[in-house]
Amino acid sequence: MSLLLILPIVIPLTTAAVALLAWRSRAAQRALGVAGAAALLGVGLALLATVWQAGIQTVQAAGWPAPFGITLVADLLSAIMVVLAGLVGLAVAVYSLVDVDPARERFGYYPLLQILLMGVCGAFLTGDLFNLYVWFEVMLIASFVLLTLGGERAQMEGAIKYVTLNLLASALFLAAVGILYGATGTLNLAALSRQLGSVSPPGLVTALAMLFLVAFGIKAAIFPLFFWLPASYHTPPVAVSAIFAGLLTKVGVYALIRVFTLLFIHDVGYTHTLLLIVAGLTMVAGVLGALAQDELRRALSFQIVSHVGYMLMGLGLFTPLGLAGAVFYVVHHIIGKTALFLVSGVVRRRCGTPVLKEQGGLYQDAPALAVLFLLPALSLAGLPPLSGFVAKLVLVQAGLASEQYAIVGVALGVSLLTLLVMMKIWSEAFWKPLPEASRAALQGAGPPRGGAAARRVMMAPIAVLAALTVGIGLAAEPVFVLALRAAEQLLDPALYVQAVLGARP
Amino acid sequence: METALAFVVGGLYAAGLYCLLRRSIIKLVIGLSLLGHAANLLIFTVPGLTAGQPPLVPPRAATPPAPFADPVPQSLILTAIVIGFGVLAFALVLVHRVYQTVGTDDLDDMRSTDT
Repeated sequence: MSLLLILPIVIPLTTAAVALLAWRSRAAQRALGVAGAAALLGVGLALLATVWQAGIQTVQAAGWPAPFGITLVADLLSAIMVVLAGLVGLAVAVYSLVDVDPARERFGYYPLLQILLMGVCGAFLTGDLFNLYVWFEVMLIASFVLLTLGGERAQMEGAIKYVTLNLLASALFLAAVGILYGATGTLNLAALSRQLGSVSPPGLVTALAMLFLVAFGIKAAIFPLFFWLPASYHTPPVAVSAIFAGLLTKVGVYALIRVFTLLFIHDVGYTHTLLLIVAGLTMVAGVLGALAQDELRRALSFQIVSHVGYMLMGLGLFTPLGLAGAVFYVVHHIIGKTALFLVSGVVRRRCGTPVLKEQGGLYQDAPALAVLFLLPALSLAGLPPLSGFVAKLVLVQAGLASEQYAIVGVALGVSLLTLLVMMKIWSEAFWKPLPEASRAALQGAGPPRGGAAARRVMMAPIAVLAALTVGIGLAAEPVFVLALRAAEQLLDPALYVQAVLGARP
Repeated sequence: METALAFVVGGLYAAGLYCLLRRSIIKLVIGLSLLGHAANLLIFTVPGLTAGQPPLVPPRAATPPAPFADPVPQSLILTAIVIGFGVLAFALVLVHRVYQTVGTDDLDDMRSTDT
């Protein structure tokens, strides 16, 4: 079984290495990119099935016993995240076949995508805080190059902010790791979980929790640390921003969930109340930013911030139902958000401009695309029977059960505003007729690259993701049970500690 | 010794933050590099320093004689330095390309993607 834990890291690495060997052959790289992502999805599903049946899985690299060696751990949350990484990776790899231009492909787009997936999966599976830092860096350096590949002016300006703030977060993370090692003498997550309760003074643990909150908060784009996200996510090719939007910020959320359920649980009254406040502010700030945007991808980028708030809300409530809501929300958000970003690329190709005011007429010209936009859009706003409704329902129920009425009110209000943002996009890009100036510009530019076959390749991943968001909404029970089991595992750190360190006291 | 190093770490953080807050993108990179050094030195200092006692196991013994210097922080720093070097190299190239593309090194003139 140990192979299953290593494969999500080895498959992207091998794919990237082989793709680099085939540097001169674009066709080989494209095929490898799709095949590697598909294999990752398959392994992720197998891993999820194993963890579901046999409990938390661990691997000690080279047989060094924890806490001395390198530990890989997969609990249900990790396994779910690996599956999602494979799913988004596959969707984006297929979409990239059309969307990414030959120049970018020649400069190693597909190998970079695989390295990014490797970093993400490594971060999900590691059982050691310092290794988490290393995986973050692997993921970051790949994302830096993906963001700047192409070298357009907007990309460069966005990249400066993205690189600076992410490196700042890494430096803070590293400092926190150092202090934590000084306080406990270990960096293995399970060993830390066992020892942090006896650190004196206890205030040091809370201070460290805040340091980790800021470090991961920058990466997860929480209020007030999110400004790099809307400044950079709309600049690269759509395929790149789709995988950033779907996966990268969620790695920060995953890290927050991990440390605030496994390590920093000794002063819940302070830390998790702060998380709730930050969650509320993140939701509001994100959706207000989205309302003010006049470009599809910029509005969607701000909405990511808003949705990260919902995930934090589940974590801040710190009840089984709340965490289940957070996990469910992560699943639903990654699928829905990736689909919407991919749609934004098709919209841009059809209208020839990213600006909402100059778009239009898509409901008439491309009804299928309109439906594929509307499904994930309404799902993110939280309309039944789509997956977002269930996710928000669980969170609201958990909030009411914990008597946190303020955050419930904020969550419901922000849902309404999200719907408003989606309807604004709908009425601008899809409902109103295409402005004459845009029509003239389109006819002057000629037909887009690829034609009908290319369009089908772009629509296929969107259709699959949209179908998933409907499917999860209609058959919510299995996903909810999975999320609830994951939440119960998270709330019982003893299970995790025992799986890694064995049964000794 | 720890006290002196604590002041050095604090000084590095202050200098790094000061550079980050300047408008020049070159100072931005210098600031990031200083912050990385500060973090590395912090990892080195926090677990406590043991001078002149390398963690070497004598012949026919299982553990080095206490007290010995903790090798773990040093290996962590080694990893962090290598990663920091790679990232810094990327940042320098990025800054150069930004200067070529945008034609300025002033961060205040790079607001076209802000919202």
